[in-house]
Amino acid sequence: MHGPTRQKVKPSRHFIYRHPLPVRLAHWIVVLCVALLLMSGLQIFNARPDLYWGDKSDFAHPVLALRAADHSTEQNPHGVTVLFGHAFDTTGVLGVSAGYDGQPTARGFPSWITLPPYQDLATGRRWHFFFAWVLAVVGLSYVAFSLFSRHVQRDLVPRPRELRRIGGSILDHLRLRFPRGEEARHYNVLQKLAYTLIVFVVFPVLILAGLAMSPGIDAAVPLAWIFGGRQSARTIHFICAWTLVLFALVHIIMVVLSGVWNNLRSMITGRYAVETERGSHETPVSS
Amino acid sequence: MKRRLAPDRRQFLRGSLVGASALALGGCDQFTDNQTFYNVLKSAEAVTRHVQRAIIGQSLAKEYTESDISTWFKPNGSTDPQDPHYKALAASNFADWQLAVDGLVKRPARLSLADLRAMPSRTQITRHDCVEGWSCIGKWKGVPLGKVLERVELDPRAKYIVFYCADTMENSLSGPIKYYESIGLDDAFHPQTILAYEMNDKPLPIPHGAPLRLRVERQLGYKMAKYVMRIAAVESFSGIADGNGGYWEDRNYEWYAGI
Repeated sequence: MHGPTRQKVKPSRHFIYRHPLPVRLAHWIVVLCVALLLMSGLQIFNARPDLYWGDKSDFAHPVLALRAADHSTEQNPHGVTVLFGHAFDTTGVLGVSAGYDGQPTARGFPSWITLPPYQDLATGRRWHFFFAWVLAVVGLSYVAFSLFSRHVQRDLVPRPRELRRIGGSILDHLRLRFPRGEEARHYNVLQKLAYTLIVFVVFPVLILAGLAMSPGIDAAVPLAWIFGGRQSARTIHFICAWTLVLFALVHIIMVVLSGVWNNLRSMITGRYAVETERGSHETPVSS
Repeated sequence: MKRRLAPDRRQFLRGSLVGASALALGGCDQFTDNQTFYNVLKSAEAVTRHVQRAIIGQSLAKEYTESDISTWFKPNGSTDPQDPHYKALAASNFADWQLAVDGLVKRPARLSLADLRAMPSRTQITRHDCVEGWSCIGKWKGVPLGKVLERVELDPRAKYIVFYCADTMENSLSGPIKYYESIGLDDAFHPQTILAYEMNDKPLPIPHGAPLRLRVERQLGYKMAKYVMRIAAVESFSGIADGNGGYWEDRNYEWYAGI
């Protein structure tokens, strides 16, 4: 830095220990649970592929309905998605799609995304409630660990000064410029916001809206009422599930764009490679 | 550096491939078809039942007001039983209908609609949640099941109350399979558990289970047997159909339908 004999800067690469074992374990178990819960959830949804608002089903006015069109014939079935009274032809994906046997079938979501792929509400419920318990136990353990180890306070919740610089972070993301070097050791503000919202808003609302649909729980706790009624709770449960899917898609895209192997390794072995410029004033942390 | 990372990458690839194939639809099908695995999935029901029962105790399901009643209450399952015996009873407006109450009871009884109407009654406006996902609100009047059970006096061995129905669901090689259901004594003596003979201030219509249906307000609709002909107190479900406590339970649905 000083003087005329400045050497060419050579990047050096070293590893930091990014994710402790409980976080890695929780991450992959949650991935498995969310995938199975989504697919079995869509199987359950398909038993009545409509959503309503309020406590009871106003069958004439669904918020969302996936159905075979009235003018459908057996030779020419049409799938229709009705959203707030507006109809869209979604043949092949929503309303009518290839069934388990390959024939066009009236079903809300297509066979390839439901568990089981054929219509079987009872089995869908069995998958859903088993993995809901796994998710609840692992999720609560994760939150307890993360609060106790100060992972939440240290790594997840954005600080006010970071929030003030959120505009720059958004621009960086849009330009696909990801933090390098020492900066990459910490989550950036958008990551922090996304993870915090998912863990402490989307998941809790999703789970509570699910519980609100239980007539047993509803007798003891007015959960359905909090969500604006049992049918509203079902609608909110559905919206939260797809919010999670949207998050997962963006998350995967970001993982790929910002270094897929480095990110994957860090979530499997815990080790994350950081590149620093030799001779920079920052001290590399060895691992 | 690159060379040192290569085995790592292969490992990730292998790991993600294994993960992806475990998640593939075919894989899940194999799991579902495996009875041992299916039983593991089913084990969640006991956890749900114990945890829910610990939380909800004997609390009451929410009751609504007249203005909340659904303008159209969706009938589901059997809506017009074609069984000759049932059709004959319906033809005479159920004047000859009688409810048999037997099993592990001290004084078996046969009760007519007039007998049931003469007993204490309870009226409630409640939300009916179908396992399919929809909900309707209706007004029900009937005799609390607990009052009927007190009248016949349960044998101490009795653990469940089974409801035998008039409607045939399907025909098997061994004859017609009729609807049936069962509940535990906690639900049987719950104040909102009634044998309803009126819906929305009128005699229970045939699509909704005339002349008598069960209401178990803290569970899903399929528990609320319609067209009830006979009630029996039992110690276990063995020997009753496939032994799981209900028509839908014999087809993999949960016996505890509080969720």
